[in-house]
Amino acid sequence: MNELDARGYSCPEPVLMTKAALKKGLPLKVLVDSMTPVQNITRFASNAGYQVSHKAVGEDFEVTISR
Amino acid sequence: MVKWKDHGSIVLSGLIVGVAAIVLVLLGNPANMGFCIACFLRDIAGGVKLHTAPIVQYVRPEIIGLVLGALIMALAGKEFHVRGGSSPMARFVLGFCVMVGALMFLGCPLRMVIRLGGGDGNALFGLVGFALGIFVGTLFLRAGFTLKKSTPQPKVEGFLMPAVAVGLLLLLVGVPSLLAFSESGPGSMRAPIAAALIAGLVVGALAQKTRLCMVGGIRDALLFRDFHLLSGFVAIFVAVLVGNLILGSFNPGFAGQPVAHTDGLWNLLGMVLVGIGSVLLGGCPLRQLILAGSGNSDSSMAVLGMVVGAAFCHNFGLASSADGPTAYGKIAVILGLVVVCAIGGLNLNKQK
Repeated sequence: MNELDARGYSCPEPVLMTKAALKKGLPLKVLVDSMTPVQNITRFASNAGYQVSHKAVGEDFEVTISR
Repeated sequence: MVKWKDHGSIVLSGLIVGVAAIVLVLLGNPANMGFCIACFLRDIAGGVKLHTAPIVQYVRPEIIGLVLGALIMALAGKEFHVRGGSSPMARFVLGFCVMVGALMFLGCPLRMVIRLGGGDGNALFGLVGFALGIFVGTLFLRAGFTLKKSTPQPKVEGFLMPAVAVGLLLLLVGVPSLLAFSESGPGSMRAPIAAALIAGLVVGALAQKTRLCMVGGIRDALLFRDFHLLSGFVAIFVAVLVGNLILGSFNPGFAGQPVAHTDGLWNLLGMVLVGIGSVLLGGCPLRQLILAGSGNSDSSMAVLGMVVGAAFCHNFGLASSADGPTAYGKIAVILGLVVVCAIGGLNLNKQK
């Protein structure tokens, strides 16, 4: 599992980081700190044709992207 | 491709923001200035006598409402996350520079949209500059620009900006004699306190929920071909345009537009500065205010930078007027462009 910690970065850095990390392998797990990047990453990845899901992990969120 | 399910709430919010802007003008705000984050922060800076330009002094309840509306919605939606520590000084300086650009143009990106909806052709130069600035900002982002991570902070840190907003409201209602109030000019044109506060609360809550952001729209369209945030931007324009057409207050043209000047080049360059600065901050002035109300102390620093920037603009004659830009204002915008590009260029992280 490819993992990325994008907690704490301003818009739209988590999406840019996700875009770069997607090239390193799937599935990709992205950790973010609020629903804003969850929504941004979900929009970006589903527009690009990926399957996306997310769940709360304590105070943070984990977005999972796969084909 | 555009699905109502995905974009409905931001489009609806944009329409409501547009209607609120029209209503606030009907109730007394300056024309094409139902909302303007830059102008209103500038008015607040004057209201608390950080500057003494007599025509732009008033503690605007809209700003207080925006912060508190965002706070209430963030708390209700369990989205009040207290974070900070991501290059606070850079954010302060970027906020300062964004204000220098906005007061060259005479409006934040939100007022730019509202001016467009009122027929102000000068705002077209602003829009072109804004888009250019955002494009330059995205080049920094693509090259790895980052102000580094924010980290969780003590709860108090997140409640301080809302507390400042409450304090300003108490002063405005309780001891207005401590504050300065314009007797003429834009600062003297104001909707009743209750109406302005309610409009701010509603828009603040909606903007928190939908992440409405003027800079995010064009930025995401350029970076990701994602038109979600842009749909909110367009919705505000449509609502303001239709409102002005209905009320007969749509006046297309360039000369004599309310609280605006006709110097196209400097309208453009001012908004280039706003565009770059806002991309580097991660959101437009409205978004910074909303985040500041949602526990983000980095955005609070950007807001404070804007307030101090506004005070400097009026203390040193940098702000434009209806007569046009000032020589010092032009120098300040050029310096601002140098500063934001330096902050952009010196914060590139190749490893990210």
